Amino acid sequence: MSTRRENLQGNRACALGAIAAGCRFYAGYPITPSSEIAETMALELPKVGGVFVQMEDEIASMGAVVGASMGGVKAMTATSGPGFSLKQENLGYAAGTEVPCVVVNVMRGGPTTGMPTRPAQGDVMQSRWGTHGDHPIIVLTPASVREVFIQTVHAFNLSERYRVPVVVLLDEVIAHLTETVALPGPSKIESVSRKWTSESREDFKPYAISADGIPAMARPGDGYRTHTTGLTHDETGFPTQEPEQVERTMMRLLTKLEKHRDDIEQFETLQTEDAEILIVAFGIVGRAAARAVNDARASGLQAGLLRPITLWPFPEQMLKTIASRVRAVIVPEMNAGQLCLEVERLCPDAVPVIPVNRIDGEPIEPHQIVAAVETAAGTTMQPGTTLTRQA
Amino acid sequence: MGALTKQPFDVEDYLRLDLFPHFLCPGCGHGIALRALLWAIHELDIDRDRLAFVSGIGCSGRLSAYIDADTFHVTHGRPLAFASGLKLARPEMNVIVITGDGDCLAIGGNHLIHSCRRNLDITCLMLNNEVYGMTGGQGSPTTSLDRYTTTTPLGNHEPAFDACELATAAGAGLVGREVTMQVPSVKDLIKEGISHPGFAFIEIISDCTEIYGRKNDLGSSAEMVLSQKKDILPTYIDVTDVDAVEQPFRPGSWQTGVLSKNERPEYYEAYMDYCRQAGGNSQSRSDDH
Repeated sequence: MSTRRENLQGNRACALGAIAAGCRFYAGYPITPSSEIAETMALELPKVGGVFVQMEDEIASMGAVVGASMGGVKAMTATSGPGFSLKQENLGYAAGTEVPCVVVNVMRGGPTTGMPTRPAQGDVMQSRWGTHGDHPIIVLTPASVREVFIQTVHAFNLSERYRVPVVVLLDEVIAHLTETVALPGPSKIESVSRKWTSESREDFKPYAISADGIPAMARPGDGYRTHTTGLTHDETGFPTQEPEQVERTMMRLLTKLEKHRDDIEQFETLQTEDAEILIVAFGIVGRAAARAVNDARASGLQAGLLRPITLWPFPEQMLKTIASRVRAVIVPEMNAGQLCLEVERLCPDAVPVIPVNRIDGEPIEPHQIVAAVETAAGTTMQPGTTLTRQA
Repeated sequence: MGALTKQPFDVEDYLRLDLFPHFLCPGCGHGIALRALLWAIHELDIDRDRLAFVSGIGCSGRLSAYIDADTFHVTHGRPLAFASGLKLARPEMNVIVITGDGDCLAIGGNHLIHSCRRNLDITCLMLNNEVYGMTGGQGSPTTSLDRYTTTTPLGNHEPAFDACELATAAGAGLVGREVTMQVPSVKDLIKEGISHPGFAFIEIISDCTEIYGRKNDLGSSAEMVLSQKKDILPTYIDVTDVDAVEQPFRPGSWQTGVLSKNERPEYYEAYMDYCRQAGGNSQSRSDDH
């Protein structure tokens, strides 16, 4: 049997995906609605020779994760909004020093303590720009329990391949959803590990400029005696303020994902070939939107769906291609309007981008999206739905 | 470990000399502390490729870059968190943290007390110069009463932490203090710390002559180092007495030497025992390459 069927919760699928990907270090701090990830890791990691440690706070958790990964071990932490805010400091260190790591953020109502047990998607922009300064990051947004497993594995692979932190962005619904899923067996799971250098100590440069933009790493203890610093550094890893060196370092850092966009970008489309109204939605809202497409089609409305799985970098070209042939784009999201800004940026001026927002702690339901499709199609007028930009 | 190596100690063998001249101000005690640290490593004859240094932000944080080993200059206050992850990932490495009074006791205070509590086998050197030097001389959690800094322009009104009492109370495996005036003693204390199987917290009183000394009219660097003599109170306490904590704030004089020892299970060993209960195997955590 290459697959196994299980009744599995989203958070548990995330933890099992991490272990399947080769994660052997987890540092965390309890926070609703992510705690089952830590609890599963606490139970499962000791069985496979891994380390689980509950740290004193989310800052320390993130520091320990980066420290473990610098030591050569695949490492992860999981949290929710308030904790994700605290992790940003060391997440930025990982981005700047190019240490692979995976951070799961199970979104709950915000701002501040917000609604710990209610779903939201308010961290769209924080997941991209939560830490200070220009930096690369990858954000994945699964929409089912099975996809949580698959994308958590993928998060590790992307992180290792591109030496970049990867955020798995869940919401409370996906995290606590229990579904019967068929997980791929171990032989079907691809596990990527970072590129270790084979250079001699004398020739090795920790941040060498190379064609693929991804420098090989040296493992501590292997005699390379490298220096890793959060200060802006040159190819040797030591600090520099020399403008040319700084620019070289920064340009490589900021373009390394762009070079591999085709490998990184993932999305799902549903009936976009002949769509007149395009819905762009991710996570659990992407699933509601898939239902909305079917319901709208049943009423004779030509709706289609673009569901980004890679939220960042956003699947720009695919959106541009589809948006060039539709009448309107609808962006339902469980926040006050974040992803719609990115969508608006990428759509032609003539195509109105219509936000559908819910910030009351309840998930967006398919009928709300259908209503927006109807409005956009001009069949009925729904009060409370506004066109943000007129053609 | 422990035996004297045949080669005499030459500090240059342990330094990345291509980074010289170093950034430290004339008279700064941190260079003395660094020399004592490298001397201790030499005498312990530790395999250089099994050594990792993790430092935070501030004057102390910059020291790791000068050491010819695997070195990590991380975020402000977090070196103990990074070091904990590194040590748990690679328990065969000797992990040494270099931190300062601001890095360790202010922004990193939470990590210090929990590192003491966990008792993971890391050696933490806290270079205490009573001031934030890198940012221009602001008051720190160890600034002595009535001292002038840029943020205590009328003289410090806040009590100063006694870091060693704090570390002892939090359960550190070994706690000690030395002053840069006594370099061989600093070296010996660091050797004890590194050799101790558990979390070792070592405070080194290290003068900031250029900023703190000047602001407080404490004299030349030589005068400041010599003045440590009147401040110290060599300790002869029974190190098995773990109830040594009397009060959390620094008294008028420094007790030096090993101040407390707490022989209790080291974190990683305890974790491995725990894993054996879970039926875990001890397979390698990282990929072979």
